[in-house]
Amino acid sequence: MVAQARRALSIAGETVEPAGAAQARRATTEPPLVRWALIAAGVVFILLVLVLPLISVFMEALRGGAATFLHAVGDGDTWQAVRLTLLVAGIAVPLNVVFGLAAAWAIAKFDFRGKSLLITLIDLPFSVSPVISGLIYVLLYGANGWFGPALKELDIKIIFNVTGLVLATIFVTFPFVARELIPLMQEQGRDEEEAAISLGASGWRTFWHVTLPNVAWGLLYGVLLCNARAMGEFGAVSVVSGHIRGLTNTMPLHVEILYNEYDFVGAFAVASLLAGLAIVTLVAKSLLEWRYGDRLAAGRKH
Amino acid sequence: MTTRAYSLGGGFKRPSVLPGFGLTLGFAVAYLSIIVLLPLSALVLRPATLGLSGFLDVLFDSRVLAALRLSFGAAFIAALVNAFFGLIVAWILVRYDFPLKRVVDALVDLPFALPTAVAGIALATIYAPNGWVGRLFDPLGIQIAFTPLGVLVALIFIGLPFVVRSLQPVLQDLDKEVEEAAVSLGANRRQTFRLVILPAIMPALLTGFALALARAVGEYGSVIFIAGNMPMVSEIAPLLIVIKLEQFDYAGAAAIGVIMLALSFLILLVINLVQRWSRRHEEH
Repeated sequence: MVAQARRALSIAGETVEPAGAAQARRATTEPPLVRWALIAAGVVFILLVLVLPLISVFMEALRGGAATFLHAVGDGDTWQAVRLTLLVAGIAVPLNVVFGLAAAWAIAKFDFRGKSLLITLIDLPFSVSPVISGLIYVLLYGANGWFGPALKELDIKIIFNVTGLVLATIFVTFPFVARELIPLMQEQGRDEEEAAISLGASGWRTFWHVTLPNVAWGLLYGVLLCNARAMGEFGAVSVVSGHIRGLTNTMPLHVEILYNEYDFVGAFAVASLLAGLAIVTLVAKSLLEWRYGDRLAAGRKH
Repeated sequence: MTTRAYSLGGGFKRPSVLPGFGLTLGFAVAYLSIIVLLPLSALVLRPATLGLSGFLDVLFDSRVLAALRLSFGAAFIAALVNAFFGLIVAWILVRYDFPLKRVVDALVDLPFALPTAVAGIALATIYAPNGWVGRLFDPLGIQIAFTPLGVLVALIFIGLPFVVRSLQPVLQDLDKEVEEAAVSLGANRRQTFRLVILPAIMPALLTGFALALARAVGEYGSVIFIAGNMPMVSEIAPLLIVIKLEQFDYAGAAAIGVIMLALSFLILLVINLVQRWSRRHEEH
């Protein structure tokens, strides 16, 4: 290790002088002034960039007083949007949970060819722009899409309909659960499952009583992130929705409509509900990390 | 690293006593194909209907070029800003103690949790000429919202957690002994940071930079409210896709999508190569 440091220093051609022990202790951290300057810079940046927008959402929502806020929240279109958002997330998240469990089981418990390719493909949706995530479904199921004419014949509507919203939401939240579970289950190995099977337990029983309890917290963590994104997704659902009030208007889309109609209090009132969801998500996520941090982190490192 | 060293022999799968391989892999691959692979193949194949000249017409349209330049340029600057401040934030979270540190740590993930449309209208309001921050810049003649600067602000918001979360585990695992060794050899703190710490965290910093950049290039929701969306000036590439779709120009929209993806992958490839180079440089 000393050699490594010496090499790094000598490569750079720096003059090195021997130092005393006290100096060494001092020298592995920064002087207090620098330390506090860095803390101030970091915290002020966080406040300006992250906290200020969050506070402004609630301030703007309550600008007209509590009564105006409640009126905006209680609006019929708003409730339609809330219901639709819950419905879409309620379909997309469980489907991605089933997929995540299946993919993680196959990848973590077996050795097969093409495994790393499969893992790469699972992460693919994260590198795709939200707008493109919506666009690809329009290209398939839209009026001019590959399956458009066939769907029209069958009188099935996917784009500008709830199905399209669900598909786009599944796409953008696709990797969340799987990428949380795969490293966690790989880390835990196969010994426990192999023991349960050789003792005569069925596959399902092994899964329910051995595997699932072991990954429950990682699963919950993945679901939390998946759900936050599913309820908050804007770009992808915006492309497939057609903005039909009462039918394809999720909460984030409703925020946009109200905002563009200059109903700022209404827009921020709905936005504050979503911001509340974000805060709940962050708190729950932090609690999980503090309590099960070692296990979650251990899994993620691999 | 529990990945076992194994050889598959001639078979597709190594024998195992555990059940459910066919079921789970079959379901996972089928689901992946329907949700991800089939739709993405439509994206790649659709522009082919334009023919090469049609495709090039889309690419070299001045409005498209301006939008691509803005999207990639602003994303690049935002990722640089985030790399700088993200390093400071990660550093203070790992190395120092200060009040409410856990709250600050949790807040870093806010851009992941806050819906982009909410962030968008909030930023547009704050940075508008009469907003909390915009008001401070207005007398100086600097307008942030509804200009390319507004795009930059939104992209900085969206990219910060990528840098911080990439750096934190690496800073945590950094061996203090190497720093002590450097000091005992007479390096001052600045030399230690520049010559010992920075090279060690460089790959993670580049990863964070790349992730922030990739996210910012495609970002839509948080940008469109603050951007003002003036063609040729503050119109981002994803918005152009939406506009083309609204005109039912599917092939044109797909063409822009393919160009964006290709450019993103090219940039990620370059960053990957730089990363590999810096790692090898570090090792020898």
